[in-house]
Amino acid sequence: MNIMIVGVGGQGTLLASRILGRVAIKEGYDVKVSEVHGMSQRGGSVVTYVKYGDKVYSPIIDRGEADIVLAFEILEAYRAMPYLKKGGKMIANTQKMNPMPVITGAMEYPSDIEKKLSEKINLQAVDALSLAEQAGTIKAVNVVLIGLLAKSMSVDKSVWIETIKETVPEKFIELNLKAFELGYNL
Amino acid sequence: MKKLMLGNEAVARGAYEAGVTVVSSYPGTPSTEITENIVKYDNIFVEWAPNEKVACETALGASIAGARSMTCMKHVGLNVMADPVFTASYTGVNGGMVMCVADDQGMHSSQNEQDSRHYAKAAKILMLEPSDSAECRDFTKEAYAFSEKFDTPVFIRLSTRVSHSQSLVEEREKEDYILKDYDKNPAKYVMMPGNAIKRHVVVEDRIKALKEMSETTELNSVEENGAKIGVISAGIAYMYAKEALGDKVDYLKLGVIYPLPEKKIKEFAEKYDKVYVVEELDPIIEEHCKSIGVDVIGKDVFTLQGEYTPTMIKKAVLGEDAAPYEEIGEQIPIRPPVMCAGCPHRGVFYVLKKLGLIVSGDIGCYTLGATPPLQSVDTTICMGASVSAAHGMAKARGAEFNKKLVSVIGDSTFMHSGITGLVDIVYNKGNNTVIILDNSITGMTGHQDNPTTGYTIRKEPTKQVNLITLCKAIGIENVVVADPFDVKNFEKIVKEETEREAPSVIIAQRPCALLPPMRKKYSGHCEITDKCKKCKLCMKLGCPAISLAGDTVKIDVTQCNGCGLCTNVCPFGAIEKGDK
Ligand SMILES: Cc1ncc(C[n+]2csc(CCOP(=O)(O)OP(=O)(O)O)c2C)c(N)n1
Repeated sequence: MNIMIVGVGGQGTLLASRILGRVAIKEGYDVKVSEVHGMSQRGGSVVTYVKYGDKVYSPIIDRGEADIVLAFEILEAYRAMPYLKKGGKMIANTQKMNPMPVITGAMEYPSDIEKKLSEKINLQAVDALSLAEQAGTIKAVNVVLIGLLAKSMSVDKSVWIETIKETVPEKFIELNLKAFELGYNL
Repeated sequence: MKKLMLGNEAVARGAYEAGVTVVSSYPGTPSTEITENIVKYDNIFVEWAPNEKVACETALGASIAGARSMTCMKHVGLNVMADPVFTASYTGVNGGMVMCVADDQGMHSSQNEQDSRHYAKAAKILMLEPSDSAECRDFTKEAYAFSEKFDTPVFIRLSTRVSHSQSLVEEREKEDYILKDYDKNPAKYVMMPGNAIKRHVVVEDRIKALKEMSETTELNSVEENGAKIGVISAGIAYMYAKEALGDKVDYLKLGVIYPLPEKKIKEFAEKYDKVYVVEELDPIIEEHCKSIGVDVIGKDVFTLQGEYTPTMIKKAVLGEDAAPYEEIGEQIPIRPPVMCAGCPHRGVFYVLKKLGLIVSGDIGCYTLGATPPLQSVDTTICMGASVSAAHGMAKARGAEFNKKLVSVIGDSTFMHSGITGLVDIVYNKGNNTVIILDNSITGMTGHQDNPTTGYTIRKEPTKQVNLITLCKAIGIENVVVADPFDVKNFEKIVKEETEREAPSVIIAQRPCALLPPMRKKYSGHCEITDKCKKCKLCMKLGCPAISLAGDTVKIDVTQCNGCGLCTNVCPFGAIEKGDK
């Protein structure tokens, strides 16, 4: 199983990939999670790969190979589209964050991304930002999206909940579980 | 139980299990988390050194004193510590010494893409290369054993995808390591010509012994699938090859990168119609094979640049096409890294750009001052070069040019290697203006303490280097401290100091917006009020939270942290700090 998580540096994609990685171990798989640290975390495009199966060699995912793409921002979803396997599924947060070339006016933010994506691939687009706000903080976008992802996968819900409890700091558990449920129950 | 660990975390685990006593490093992506993870174990002395040379010498000293020691750095850090490395090869070790060097294929976070394997050959030092986290742990322990057995420091070569990928590792018990005795031994440790001449003989003998080891060690292993094609590979490239080619080829996987085996390679290669060498960056294994008369295919079909992928390898070796995929079909904007909302560097570059100055830049978050819309930085070479290169520029073009020239350098980078350049300026009668961007932390690599922060890596309070007295002590008479968010005052100071016929230092002081106290201090977000005249001056800040919708400026509340820099820049007082 190849899952690609994309977003903008600072959105919490790393936490999402770590939760997913731990869930896969609990299911008894060999797992590799490839992260990015450093420069690209500064508000740039970030990509993490989570791969699991009987045996995983390469930690990276190439174009046409992702079973699921989980996108934290809609332009990043669009950028990641080529990585989706034929017949794969994309779950995308509809939030828009302007990249610098758009801010400076050098380029325009592409229009109707959702529509363009749905024409080509299997897309589930969700306003995860509003759901996170409902949960109590916009920072919980990542866990809302994990909830959505969990729904698309055949792992028992209790495993996800247990893993979230183990991964996030004690004082944020309640908030994160709420965010997870909001995503899961959508 | 098996645990999911980053490669870096697994190296740390290996070092702990091997009984490491002293670890001294300087941060650098992708190596930083090794040292940060060793801190999690008690009873190990761990430190951030001011630079890699100091770190390496500290680790070497610890080894000579009888302890197992480690130093970790990114590939370019190895350039900085090359001096002690080449001679440590001559002295050898007492307690085991391991040097972890992490290359950055694809330059995710680096200024170049050098291949550190060249250093192993040049310095005649054993180098191992793991390909996943389990091997990171195992090879680290092996490295200590080799180091003591062969009396040599040992390199472990990592790369971004090994260091920053998590895979499963089994934790083992920690070995009890008893310090080796310390005996005075000038013939081994005082490297003056008379002694060094003799030690060079030892080095050459050692390489012969290591070559023997390389022929027989299990770290260099053959995997037979009864195929007609052979593949020689190492590190992460082996994992890519394995995924791409599965059991359609046979493998010689090399864990020892230097010295490479001869017999083993010859015996392996003999059996196949075709042998490929799959290695990222330079053709080091390939050239070795060719030098011993083994015909291999390497860089004729593989690139010298960037990262490989299984798809690429499949195409090159089996001629199979990549998986089909949907193309985007239009040009979409890239999303390069940017200075964060609230970044103190933004105020500095806003002023430098406004004044149209030539900016001799350096390495850190502030390198992003080279990107649009600030586009202020003229040069970025390596850590410390902002100061010394500006000295050269000023000497080349004279006083008038110098009045349009400043250096910008972060606090960590200044301690790393900026100070020596500044000494050069004072000593050799330069009049440069150097701006130290003191954001109270080593930002770029993820918030490491440094000698100017007042804390050690274990967050214990310690003496703090006072930048003002330091600069004064080396002979800079004009040292000014200023808040870069007070843009009017900052501009005035930059003008005064660049005009001055004397060297000067401006300390731009404001902590990184991501530091906990600043996260508390900044609250709510800024708002554009109806006083806005649409002059778009605030857009020149290049803040990720401020953008245009049509011709109206708007602030994205999910990104704005309420730092207030834009309120200081707006000439109409049209931006206000609102609370959420
Ligand atoms: C020789 C060398 N060692 C390490 C690095 C990695 N590195 C890049 S920037 C940086 C430190 C930046 O800290 P600072 O100067 O305080 O600036 P900030 O990022 O906080 O703005 C480091 C360690 C490097 N590029 N070169």
